[in-house]
Amino acid sequence: MKIKSSGRRKFLKNSAAIIGAAAAGIRPAGAENPPPEMDMPDLEALISYGQRSSFVKSHRVSVMERMSPDEFGMTFHVLSPIQDSVGIITPSSLHYISTHRGSYVPNIDPQEHRLMIHGMVDRPLIFSVDEIKRFPFVTRPLFLECLGNRAKASHKTVQETHGLTSCSEWTGVPLSILLNEAGVQSGAAFIVAEGAESVKGATSIPIGKAMDDCLVAYGQNGEALRPQQGFPIRLLVPGFEGMHNVKYLRRIKLVEKDYMTYNDYGHIVPDARVAALTRQIGPKSVITFPSGEQKLPGPGLYEITGLAWSGSAAIRNVEISTDGGQSWKLAELRTPSYSMAHTRFAFPWTWDGKECVIMSRCTDELGTRQPTRAESAKFFGKPDNADFRAPGADNTVFPWRIAADGSVQNGMA
Amino acid sequence: MEWRKLLLLVAILALAQLAQAQSTKYGVGRTPTPEEIRAWDISIGPDGKELPPGHGTAAEGAKLFREKQCVVCHGSTGSGGPAPTLIKSDGTKKSKYPCLVPCVDDALVMSLHAQYATTMWDYINRAMPLNKQGTLKPDEVYSLVAFLLFKNGVIAENQVLDPETLPRVKMPNRDHAALAPEWKHAAPRLQGYP
Ligand code: HEC
Repeated sequence: MKIKSSGRRKFLKNSAAIIGAAAAGIRPAGAENPPPEMDMPDLEALISYGQRSSFVKSHRVSVMERMSPDEFGMTFHVLSPIQDSVGIITPSSLHYISTHRGSYVPNIDPQEHRLMIHGMVDRPLIFSVDEIKRFPFVTRPLFLECLGNRAKASHKTVQETHGLTSCSEWTGVPLSILLNEAGVQSGAAFIVAEGAESVKGATSIPIGKAMDDCLVAYGQNGEALRPQQGFPIRLLVPGFEGMHNVKYLRRIKLVEKDYMTYNDYGHIVPDARVAALTRQIGPKSVITFPSGEQKLPGPGLYEITGLAWSGSAAIRNVEISTDGGQSWKLAELRTPSYSMAHTRFAFPWTWDGKECVIMSRCTDELGTRQPTRAESAKFFGKPDNADFRAPGADNTVFPWRIAADGSVQNGMA
Repeated sequence: MEWRKLLLLVAILALAQLAQAQSTKYGVGRTPTPEEIRAWDISIGPDGKELPPGHGTAAEGAKLFREKQCVVCHGSTGSGGPAPTLIKSDGTKKSKYPCLVPCVDDALVMSLHAQYATTMWDYINRAMPLNKQGTLKPDEVYSLVAFLLFKNGVIAENQVLDPETLPRVKMPNRDHAALAPEWKHAAPRLQGYP
């Protein structure tokens, strides 16, 4: 039974002694410091499934190129508010969302959902979601990032420049277990993974990667996947561009070559080097505080903090520059550095109140360092000017400019 | 006599069951029937070996493009509508469809950007018309692909597309797309970059 709001209020008034004591334990109630509002709406709902404080407003926003939902009711690309993030886990409700060119978020009954594995296998197999959960599972943090996560000079906040990445703790069955059950035939060079949503988005993944560390995941951050992240099951392809991480996974076909699906074709490029940089992510890092549209109240001590990740390995170190890239100092890694997951770094810093440009760069365990735009341009023999677009998944060093009044702006602008 | 046959059948089924249990390590899941695989498998690879029987022409496709409401979303000329541009225009008619890069306008329309005509067949068959996916018959899909390829100057108006001819269409972007090098465990995504 639901307690009516007025009844609850009365109940709370009658418990004023207890509440008063509790409040008094923190701070004396005064005119400037009113007693906290105790009347939270929908108490029963909150008891069964928690919600954040009504004072916490951090939320996702659509990319500016296209609203979600769009005029067809489809969700396109939605940015995670990483300026507010702490630690390395993105709350599932704030995880970024990307769909190739837009799609509807399906409402799938997990009892009805099936995964079929067929093609170049000895034994085609079909599994229910409950059956998939009977296989040995693993749990590990992994980041996801969309190829569209590319900072532009017009972007204001870090949510706009870098909000198409998130990190969750995923639980699922190694794809290799399921593929071994089916028996991979020699000559199978790719898998085509396909989702159950209306447009049945599909993508080709090399068999070496499929057998290496991919997961068929059903858990995200301690609960079932969210529908926007592929409920009831999705593929995770650690370190690969987001598009390969097929949501609503319903079919895996083993084939002899890249099948050039709609999603694959959308990302084809004329240069094999760019194709490699498109398929796999990072190493990449960004400062989330202080970041665009935030303001430092005055000179003094701050913790510069941010996220670093690589699609090939764990993060070995992160360096910070507070002088526009002239000198670099090691930041502290404040979380364990997991392979192909976000790593949280911090750098205690005393701001002298003068205008400056701050930036971060990371190096992964393979020794690959995040390039500057100039280094990327040089590699491809292009002039390093405002028109230069780092080829593939852009992982170049990103600057924030702090003005003398403490306001923070996109350093590309 | 009949009971013998029945017994044989039971024995075969039991053996098959055993074979399945023995061949998989975990014995979880079941073998789909060939009909199930046929019904689920909508992947059409570059060789076109999964293409179903059927055929179509640009003339048929032109009719279908209106009848199947493609025009409502993609524009009466295949450009300037709310959905991606399908037919290269004179460069002035941009799709209203907003995008990140690359935008699907003119040089990047599917007929010109895709390496294989099979990608178009596969996609139109699985995903279009939006909200009525899966309603097109094979002949209709062949015709719609023929229409879009003809309008973009890739094939002649009278060319018939079928399981034999469609995979052989020489797409303009066929030789301008590169595959990433072979993927290797714990290797940098591109050796030497930056
Ligand atoms: C209700 C609107 C709607 C209708 C009707 C429709 N489409 Fe589409 N079409 C879209 C949208 C939106 C996209 C982009 C969807 C995406 O990428 O997820 C699209 C994408 C496409 C593409 C891929 C274009 C590209 O380059 O990415 C093709 C080809 C296509 N449609 C063909 C057709 C054909 C043929 C028909 C008629 C049988 C049709 N469409 C009917 C809305 C529609």
